[in-house]
Amino acid sequence: MQGNGNGERVEITISSRFENIELVQVIAEHLCENAGLDEDGTHWIGMAVREAVANAIKHGNKLDVRKKVNATFQLHDHQLEIRISDEGAGFDPGAIGDPLNPLNLMKTSGRGIFYMKTFMDQVQYSFVPGGGTSLLMTKNLAKGTGLASSKI
Amino acid sequence: MKATPRTIDGVEVIKLDGKITIGSGDQQLREIITNALNAGKSKILLDMSGVTTIDSSGIGELVGSYTTVTNRGGKLKLLHLPAKLNELLHVTQLITVFEVYENEQEAVKSF
Repeated sequence: MQGNGNGERVEITISSRFENIELVQVIAEHLCENAGLDEDGTHWIGMAVREAVANAIKHGNKLDVRKKVNATFQLHDHQLEIRISDEGAGFDPGAIGDPLNPLNLMKTSGRGIFYMKTFMDQVQYSFVPGGGTSLLMTKNLAKGTGLASSKI
Repeated sequence: MKATPRTIDGVEVIKLDGKITIGSGDQQLREIITNALNAGKSKILLDMSGVTTIDSSGIGELVGSYTTVTNRGGKLKLLHLPAKLNELLHVTQLITVFEVYENEQEAVKSF
């Protein structure tokens, strides 16, 4: 962790194993707690990170343990910026159906990005040809981030 | 994840404890449901009070379990939803799919 007086920056790189997801999630939750976020808000951001890292491991790196997932957390004032990058071939987020569509309601997958969008202010994918997928998520921690207060 | 089954009035009440997350608990849940069905138990009540963490994969397995049980002519219902799981089911509108109970006796009688 680097503290520069204006914020915190934390970076971690993991191999593509599901058991490493929690390492990244815990960092996110600690940053949120240290920033004074309430328990619910911390939980939901941790879950968004969990979903993002799981997607990077499963859909990005296709469970290839030689491929890495990198996560960076930047906290500046009350703005938390999280970037999750993998070494996979990328995918089309638009191809994932809306899980709230009645036709998709009983599907067993396709809710991860929906949850990320529910818990975070911004979720944006970018793709570098041959260079993997990068996901940027942001959250203003000052807005009161419990799921119930922010989204429902 | 740990599963503790017991039978009450012909209803298989399965208490789940721990995580239902990708790579840890999600496949286990599928096996638990399949084993119960293969043992002829088609009235299944999942006690979720001990579930500490669930992610989209775990939610997906719950949906898959519901479909599997229903397709085999059975019923799957939920008991004692932790608050965060309840919220996850609400935001995805899956709360409209599952029958959820707070009282075990009432849940057992409903089958």
